[in-house]
Amino acid sequence: MTIEVRGLTKRYGPDTVVDDLSFTVAPGQVTGFLGPNGAGKSTTMKMIVGLAAPTRGSVTIGGRRYRDLPVPLAEVGALLDAGAVHGGRKAHDHLLALAVSNGLPRRRVGDVLVRTGLDGVAGKRAGGFSLGMRQRLGIAAALLGDPRVLIFDEPVNGLDPEGIRWIRDFMRSLAREGRAVLVSSHLMSEMAQTADHLVVIGRGKLVADTAVSELVRGEGAVLVRTPDPGFAQLLATAGATVREGAETSLVVSGMTSAEIGKLAAYHGVALAELTPQRVTLEDAFMELTKDSVDYQGAAA
Amino acid sequence: MSVPFSRSVRAEWIKFRSLRSTWYTLACLFAVGLGITALAMNAAAKDYPGEEPWDPTGRSLTSYIVAQLIIGVLGILVVTGEHATGLIGTSLIATPRRNRLLAAKVVVAAAVAAVAGQVLMFAAFFLGQAVLAGQGVPHAALGDPRVLSAVTGGGLYLAAIALLAAGLGTIVRATAGALATLVGIVFLVPALAALFPAWLQRLFFYWPTLGASAVLKTVPDPDFPHPWLNLAGMGAGVVVVLAAAFAVFRRRDV
Repeated sequence: MTIEVRGLTKRYGPDTVVDDLSFTVAPGQVTGFLGPNGAGKSTTMKMIVGLAAPTRGSVTIGGRRYRDLPVPLAEVGALLDAGAVHGGRKAHDHLLALAVSNGLPRRRVGDVLVRTGLDGVAGKRAGGFSLGMRQRLGIAAALLGDPRVLIFDEPVNGLDPEGIRWIRDFMRSLAREGRAVLVSSHLMSEMAQTADHLVVIGRGKLVADTAVSELVRGEGAVLVRTPDPGFAQLLATAGATVREGAETSLVVSGMTSAEIGKLAAYHGVALAELTPQRVTLEDAFMELTKDSVDYQGAAA
Repeated sequence: MSVPFSRSVRAEWIKFRSLRSTWYTLACLFAVGLGITALAMNAAAKDYPGEEPWDPTGRSLTSYIVAQLIIGVLGILVVTGEHATGLIGTSLIATPRRNRLLAAKVVVAAAVAAVAGQVLMFAAFFLGQAVLAGQGVPHAALGDPRVLSAVTGGGLYLAAIALLAAGLGTIVRATAGALATLVGIVFLVPALAALFPAWLQRLFFYWPTLGASAVLKTVPDPDFPHPWLNLAGMGAGVVVVLAAAFAVFRRRDV
């Protein structure tokens, strides 16, 4: 089952929060939904599960609108806000009410409590839970109906390293089971370790929709060091963009390291260094979203 | 193959019963309701005028004035408790059909309020008559004319207030705001009734604490010759508020 987002648009008064967004979340992989804070990730996720109504466009899950799913929890599990539990209610009762509302068997409550490691605190009131435990409770709720599609909004926010690792491994295992997993984050480094596919948005618009491997494969700039002062001109003539790097190096973009090597050999230029600069996901993300960050810090 | 509505109602009942605040509020309803009945009846027995009209039934049910606020809190919390915590989002993910979710909440609130309201009114009646009997003052029995009508009417009145409160809670979405609105409706407007223009006065015929509560008396009030008509009028008003609540709940983003 896939999530199909088509031309999704959401306006609040004059503000367009989500702008003609289209992408697909495929089964069997973790799709990272990435963007700076305020890019429209949460609003998009709310529209996927029908909490907010789109101004235009549509979202379907397995070809149907969310609200038309006969047993929603059996098809989609969503954790949009870990704080969304009543502090006075016991974890078990919270899950039981959700299970009963979808006609799911009671034993599912025990199953998901075990799977999320909460079975020891099932009888405790959620108000006393740490943020990490609340996240787990939210994930337990999402898993109640054993759904094929899972949606998590910033699941690692505010977690300690151990909690982050647990969630990361958990997402991976859900995808391995063949489920479609959509996870949002504003941290590229986080997604680099979790996601197979990335949907990047900025100011509500689609910036990139690509496999993670695709995004980092593209060679970035190449660092060139040579005693020959005329080589920069040769590179420029060949179509590359050259700027001065640190310690008399040249930073060349627009040509691959192989092409630069060939050019040097053709002209008999001796190279002291020829190093492709590997693009990190972080760089790629900054590059992609630099025009769409709402509030940029002023450069010092 | 959709989930039957009864499941939604059962889920709401699980939510309702699994909060301590529910039971504290109910305990408070009975403690305050019966406490006021005992105090009021002691006072009433002392200044028994010794002549007609004497309405021992109506007097024993006057605690409805405070009870309506507490049962109103219960109705409000069924809805606003979820808004305050954001749980409403989780509930709507599980039950995306909004009419169905709100209807399940209203059914649970109505059932609890109907039972609690009736039990409280019967208990207040029996307690009140026992106090009067203990003081040797004329008192009523359930079989006396209009008594059963007043007691059950009081229970229905309280249930209607709880539904009004649930509707207000849905529209306002905040406990404090909904409670302030309810206090305004059941206390402030009646207290300031004389200030309102004549065309609005007609509405007071069906207003809570005013015309709608005439049903709790056994001595006929010449202003309200058909007290069940007044109560039915308030019921219609509650239906209008609930309809508005369904309309906004269906359309609003969460």
